[in-house]
Amino acid sequence: MAKVTLTINGRPVEAEEGQTVLQAATAAGIYIPTLCAHPDLRPQGVCRICVVEVKGQRVLPTACTLPVAEGMVVETHTPNVREARRIVTELLLANHPTDCLTCSRNQTCELQKLAKEFGIRHIAFEGEKRHLDPDTSSPSIIRNPDKCVLCQRCVRVCHEIQSVGCIFTSNRGWETEIGPPFGMDLAKTACVYCGQCVAHCPTGALETVNPSEQIWEALRDPDKFVIVQTAPAVRAAFGEEFGMPPGTPVTGKMVAALRQMGFDRVFDTDFTADLTIVEEGSELIKRIKEGGTLPMITSCSPGWINFIEVFYPDLLPHLSTCKSPQQMFGALAKTYYAHKIGVDPAKMVVVSIMPCVAKKFECERPEMRSSGYKDVDYVLTTREAAQMMKEASIDLSRMEDEEFDKPLGISTGAGVIFGATGGVMEAALRTAYELITGKELPSLDITAVRGMDGVKEAVVDVDGVQVKAAVAHGLANARKLMDLVQSGEADYTFIEVMACPGGCLGGGGQPQPTTPEIRMKRLQAIYSIDKDMPIRKSHENPAIQELYREFLGEPLGHKSHELLHTHYTPRSPYLEIEEEQEKSLV
Amino acid sequence: MAFYRAHVLVCCGNTCSMRGGAALLQQLARLVEEKGLKDEVRVVETGCLGISEHGPAMVVYPEGVIYARVKAADLPEIVEEHLLKGRPVQRLMYRGPQAPKMEPETKVTYFGKQQKIVLRNCGIIDPRSIEEYIAVGGYQALGKALTEMTPMQVVEEVKKSGLRGRGGAAFPAALKWEAVADAPGREKVVVCNADEGEPGNFKDRLIMEGDPHSVIEAMAIAGYAVGARHGYVYIRGEYRQSVENFERAIAVAREMGLLGSNIFDSGFDFDITVYKGAGAYVCGEETALIESLEGHRGEPRLKPPFPVTHGLWGMPTLVNNVETLACVPPIISNGAYWFSGIGTEFSKGTKIFSPCGDVLLPGVIEAPFGITVREVLFDIAGGSRSGADIKAVLVGGPSGVMIGPESFDRKFAFEDLSPGAGALIVMDETRCAVDVVANCLKFFAHESCGQCVPCREGCKRVRDIVYGWTRGEGDELELDMVRRVGINMRLASRCGLGQFAPVALLSAMELFPEEFRAHVVDKRCPAGVCPMDSVVSVKEEQLSWQR
Repeated sequence: MAKVTLTINGRPVEAEEGQTVLQAATAAGIYIPTLCAHPDLRPQGVCRICVVEVKGQRVLPTACTLPVAEGMVVETHTPNVREARRIVTELLLANHPTDCLTCSRNQTCELQKLAKEFGIRHIAFEGEKRHLDPDTSSPSIIRNPDKCVLCQRCVRVCHEIQSVGCIFTSNRGWETEIGPPFGMDLAKTACVYCGQCVAHCPTGALETVNPSEQIWEALRDPDKFVIVQTAPAVRAAFGEEFGMPPGTPVTGKMVAALRQMGFDRVFDTDFTADLTIVEEGSELIKRIKEGGTLPMITSCSPGWINFIEVFYPDLLPHLSTCKSPQQMFGALAKTYYAHKIGVDPAKMVVVSIMPCVAKKFECERPEMRSSGYKDVDYVLTTREAAQMMKEASIDLSRMEDEEFDKPLGISTGAGVIFGATGGVMEAALRTAYELITGKELPSLDITAVRGMDGVKEAVVDVDGVQVKAAVAHGLANARKLMDLVQSGEADYTFIEVMACPGGCLGGGGQPQPTTPEIRMKRLQAIYSIDKDMPIRKSHENPAIQELYREFLGEPLGHKSHELLHTHYTPRSPYLEIEEEQEKSLV
Repeated sequence: MAFYRAHVLVCCGNTCSMRGGAALLQQLARLVEEKGLKDEVRVVETGCLGISEHGPAMVVYPEGVIYARVKAADLPEIVEEHLLKGRPVQRLMYRGPQAPKMEPETKVTYFGKQQKIVLRNCGIIDPRSIEEYIAVGGYQALGKALTEMTPMQVVEEVKKSGLRGRGGAAFPAALKWEAVADAPGREKVVVCNADEGEPGNFKDRLIMEGDPHSVIEAMAIAGYAVGARHGYVYIRGEYRQSVENFERAIAVAREMGLLGSNIFDSGFDFDITVYKGAGAYVCGEETALIESLEGHRGEPRLKPPFPVTHGLWGMPTLVNNVETLACVPPIISNGAYWFSGIGTEFSKGTKIFSPCGDVLLPGVIEAPFGITVREVLFDIAGGSRSGADIKAVLVGGPSGVMIGPESFDRKFAFEDLSPGAGALIVMDETRCAVDVVANCLKFFAHESCGQCVPCREGCKRVRDIVYGWTRGEGDELELDMVRRVGINMRLASRCGLGQFAPVALLSAMELFPEEFRAHVVDKRCPAGVCPMDSVVSVKEEQLSWQR
């Protein structure tokens, strides 16, 4: 890439051709405030906060969209620019609810941050505020359009990165709204509840459905036995909520903090991640041997499950019938474990802490009651769990490391890498290879499936059989793979799909902000935890082995099918509309 | 071919149609036949004559007498007196309603100061007849370009002519043409911007209703010059007649081989598709127009990249206004030297103006650049209609600057007083500047696409505040507030709509500071126009207390 030299605030700055002024400035350590810009998304230039003064131009262009040019002279904080930013912020505040004190984004809101940064003490514009009703139709996401600043981040994420496109801009001018078309409820659309919209929203316009109150009540109730399970990706990001640098593994502190909150048992979803590998690995081997539907596709990402149910219902037979680790855990907790310790499962409350928003939807699915009760009662996102800790004045960053309870807290490195894109694939290959060949993989680090490329491929030679693996993260990338499968062009054996960019570590429920840099740090944390674990293969997990011995029998056995496997339902919202249209034509 | 001694062209443009122009034409034709004049007098439909408020109108040749406000009951008199006996009917001749008769001097200046290049055929030919267009020299320019000139020579000619865009932005046309011609890409496209959304502009409508072939020919020439084989005309949805006229003209041109494959045996293919807009002023912005053509929301794109390299579906795209294109055939036929001899140093050729509002003779006129405001308002448009002095003019419509009498000797030219797209909204002393500005802001608030904060929120706030002033609300602090927001819109808006929306307000506040203060501080409308009803209701309350 050709180099370009421009001047920013009197300093020469070297940039690459094709970069924007914002990118060049950020790389040079020069701060320009932004709102609608986001490193994950193509710049839109709609908020006009990042305007700068460019010599020779009358109007103030936005740094996020302006391409660098040789000899360009830019000033980022002239009086004109500061006045422009101020007025833009005042205009936004004039059309914004003033309930910051009770808003879910109090102190993490980006609009609030700008108001503070620009020292706004008085909003000059009194008058109409746009009012639209909140949308509480879904079990995962709440929309508060009154707080929307029309930055379009959610629209860009939903269309460009997730290729779902269930929300869009309607009307124009002052009447502009962002949401589902025709004022529909979100629950009636193709929304897969991946929560990337929530993760990218700068204000409280989008939030998750928060069961904290019910959980506090359960914890308070002496009659209830409350278990918590923690997802792999959560331990690599939890510290960010407490001011720790991104990429700090905080497993031990997280366990200690949860114990202090009053959970009767602190268990680990990584345990059932290991279980998933044994079941799914066996399922893959069975399909390969018996000519079952291939490629087989992973099924632990509920956002992905919703996506395939909506957009590719004809490919459902490809999905592994394994439940997600979260759901396997709930089913086992209220059967195997309840029996083991003699607790009435009716009094058991299973809480999970997830990086995920779609898991709130997943635990409500009618088929997730294999134990005879609701297998997983409540799902908390990483953000929501951190909020509960803060409410109890528990500072995770200051806790001393503690260990998970046993036996459902014992896990391997293969379990923790579920949190990263490619992790499920790698864990599965570590086990499948051994199950088939009886030998250990030459290297347990299958780097071909690691990293942030949207679609990754690897070929593993398993005793002469070429196992072709593909990994996709972000639903637009999943779509690419599914189109290949649908057209018959794909010759993969096994595909891993994660709905969120980076895998679960970039989930909709993780700490904000989410950026490529932060996700990379979380990724490195996860692989470092794996590297340091004594056992790194799922089938060697002694607690898993005991589980099979005592309870399940063998992988894919009767008990497994009852508790650990599931089925899927086509759920296209368009089917309903098409049916209605056909009815009206008759 | 029959030779007639007289032609009566009955205006069937948009407004005259609405007033029964078509019925008048039929009735007139019947009367002419009854009087046995069928072979001597030809009655023809024509496009808009440009005197809309005074329709239904018709023009009788060879005298060139324009009859205005013609009623069915007047027709026998016209036929009897003028067509049969050769005595024009004075009382129906085109003049203002309350003013004295159109003096010879006025007639001289009204017509004398105008120079019809773009409007050369409007009101003279039957727009449905391609034969008449050809008879007055139509499609000669296309023939010349295709058979005697290379594409580069055509671009050169346009460059030498100094032609600048007539849609308001005044960008040198040849620079766009050249950029598209040079842009890499196999497929290129020409787009005619016929969205004409600026209130007060009705010039493009005139051209499309009265002389659609001139635009078709121009687009074909442009396509040849830049290497495009297809053109789109984006006509605002409200211009039903223009859409019909255009589609009819395209079909006829195709039949005659003037559109389609291998035009004039030159190997050049070109065809045109008409596309209707759907009621958004913002789609007059070239990138929003392209978005609309692509089936997206009509929201302006970021520039760069510019349409000349990345336009419609990513192709290099030439977007030009109707009037700009209509200048092209005469430039090719008569030469760039001729065109550049008209106008001023930096503004070549003629411009169509549409004086409207409180003038005696509103309508569409065409005059060389360099003509002064005074000449247009008084010599051509006849000055004030009511007799009250002219107070101000919005030059270019609501997105234009408001000027007062001290500026009337300025010249209309891009380097002096830019005419924008040509709308001249004239206000006399009976008008209130605050009221006019409130109306302008109402327009922009309605039309803002809503993408960017300065325009979406700014238009709304400023509109509400200024409307409040007309009702007697508000305080002195708002004067400054509104100025700050206006400047913010000027500097930080994402596109031209937001950047120009506050111009009328800011210039009016500078021109009539006392009038604004009177509203805001004294709660008084000097012109007696604004309702000031908030003040009244406050007074009512005070009175009720006293009772």
